[in-house]
Amino acid sequence: MALLLELKQCTVQFGGLTAVSKFDLQVDENDLCGLIGPNGAGKTTIFNIITGVYRPTSGSITFEGKPIAGLKPNAIAGRGIARTFQNIRLFPTLTVFDNVRAAFNLRLKHRLAHALLRIPAFYREENDVARQVRELLDIFDLNRFAHLRCGNLSYGDQRRMEIVRALATKPELLLLDEPAAGMNPREKEQLMELIKFVKKKYEIAVLLVEHDMKVVMGICERIAVLDYGIKIAEGSPHEVRANPKVIEAYLGQETPAPAL
Amino acid sequence: MKYRHTKQIALLVAVILAAVASRFSGSINPYYLQVILFIGINVTLATSLNLINGYTGQFSLGHAGFMAIGAYASAYLSTEKSAGIFQALGGANAFSIALIFALVLLGGGIAAALAGLIVGVPSLRLKGDYLAIVTLGFGEIIRVLIQNTDAVGGPRGYSGIAGYTTLFWTYAVAALTIYVVLSMVDSTYGRGFLTVRDDEVAAESVGINTTRYKVTAFVLGAFFAGVAGGLYAHTTTYINPSGFDFQLSIQIVIMVILGGMGSTAGVAFAAVLLTLLLEYLRFVAGYEWLPDLVRRIASNRMIIFSLVLIALMLLRPQGLFGALPRMAGGRKTPKSQPGPTIATP
Ligand SMILES: Nc1ncnc2c1ncn2[C@@H]1O[C@H](COP(=O)(O)OP(=O)(O)OP(=O)(O)O)[C@@H](O)[C@H]1O
Ligand SMILES: [Mg+2]
Repeated sequence: MALLLELKQCTVQFGGLTAVSKFDLQVDENDLCGLIGPNGAGKTTIFNIITGVYRPTSGSITFEGKPIAGLKPNAIAGRGIARTFQNIRLFPTLTVFDNVRAAFNLRLKHRLAHALLRIPAFYREENDVARQVRELLDIFDLNRFAHLRCGNLSYGDQRRMEIVRALATKPELLLLDEPAAGMNPREKEQLMELIKFVKKKYEIAVLLVEHDMKVVMGICERIAVLDYGIKIAEGSPHEVRANPKVIEAYLGQETPAPAL
Repeated sequence: MKYRHTKQIALLVAVILAAVASRFSGSINPYYLQVILFIGINVTLATSLNLINGYTGQFSLGHAGFMAIGAYASAYLSTEKSAGIFQALGGANAFSIALIFALVLLGGGIAAALAGLIVGVPSLRLKGDYLAIVTLGFGEIIRVLIQNTDAVGGPRGYSGIAGYTTLFWTYAVAALTIYVVLSMVDSTYGRGFLTVRDDEVAAESVGINTTRYKVTAFVLGAFFAGVAGGLYAHTTTYINPSGFDFQLSIQIVIMVILGGMGSTAGVAFAAVLLTLLLEYLRFVAGYEWLPDLVRRIASNRMIIFSLVLIALMLLRPQGLFGALPRMAGGRKTPKSQPGPTIATP
């Protein structure tokens, strides 16, 4: 399997605080990789350096063999990395349809002039985009909400919406930041199915940050464990579960240890 | 979703109507005619600012500055630089005047757009409310610059500008502005403006170049403000720097807020309403039978604006036509786990 994403010795410092320290990670094509760790371990920060929100203080990030550290987030999205956010970030004033449509912006052939002059090619492309948006919404059973503002959707549907919007950019790699947060057990089951389905159907790699161990252990093929910005373990769910360092990292927390 | 040519047809109808109405402008009382022209100019100013402040969610206070640039640039071009073209076209006739006026308006728009580019690029690359401060300063700088430029009359103002502006030109420009804003926003490309307003981080995460969108909105808005300035200069035939002050920028911002940020119809309607109100208040200020206090309030625009805003916030905070999405929908963002929340992205 070909290597897709590689982080080498990535360090992120915020002033005096080292959020991530000499972090290495490899994600292969079609991988389903988990990234876990206690609160504040640096998981979201790693997502933020992969997607260009922050630039790593040092270290390199390559995607499909090309360096991407320092590129702007929109350029990285263009390279084929899409993400969701820990705190849902949909476009609150736009409809469900338009939220997904906005993600097609990236691959649009028409620009300002087309939109103004409304030449036939413009209508063709708009109709084509609309069709693809509806297809996507159909697949994820969101079409019935197409013309609702996404703020009116249930919490679980909003989480799903964000995944669909990310998929609409046609990524090679999808980063999910705590997609199960705030979901009830039934929704979590559905989410696990959804992630497996997405990975298979679109043949993409998924990097998953998640606190819910049932979800992580249930679907990930490989898991990296982070504590205070340092990777303390990596391996199959089985290996990670038995690793004493991992148990200690979680037991050392004030929050109850997850059922490992 | 099917796309039809409704917008183009509406634009055409509006332009034809303006042309027809222009034929009868001779029989309209000159004062009323001027008010009607001001209404059209204000519609252009407000709907173009709405692209920046409403649809794209930036906060520009610079529209009076861009209008001033357009007014002075076009006045200068038509007064000083058009003799040669007139000669080539066989003197001043309907055709040569129309051609020159079109070019002069375009020149005013382009000058303002260039200024917009210079101001916009450095300040829009930053996230945050730098734009308001920068544009505020920009408006004042433009005024001082004009005051110190003798070629356009300096503090005495610029007089002797030809009265080219007609109903046709004013409303054709207003229709064009509305057309441009609406057809841009109503497209997959144009939805990009709204995503910038809604959530810049999310917009970038789906591949939208937010800086480019902000600059595009800002430069286009400046362009139309410049054209509106050209129309204004050729309506009043006399302009002076103090006419393009901070109060004017505020007035245009109020029109956008009053109409409902991001609603073109609402903003155009608010422009009509506020122009009429301000015009009417000039009479109120002159009524000697009114108490002194009322007359003084009526003659102070800033007090009127404040009153309008307070009334709006109490009665319809979303603006006359706005839908108030943020409060109605609301974003639910419960945190799953206790822990650091600084790292919002
Ligand atoms: N922009 C920032 N400025 C300063 N400190 C930050 C910033 N972003 C993150 N941090 C800090 O970096 C550390 C790692 O944060 P991060 O959000 O990556 O953790 P996390 O593993 O995602 O935690 P959680 O499970 O709570 O989401 C925390 O101590 C956090 O306070
Ligand atoms: Mg996090």
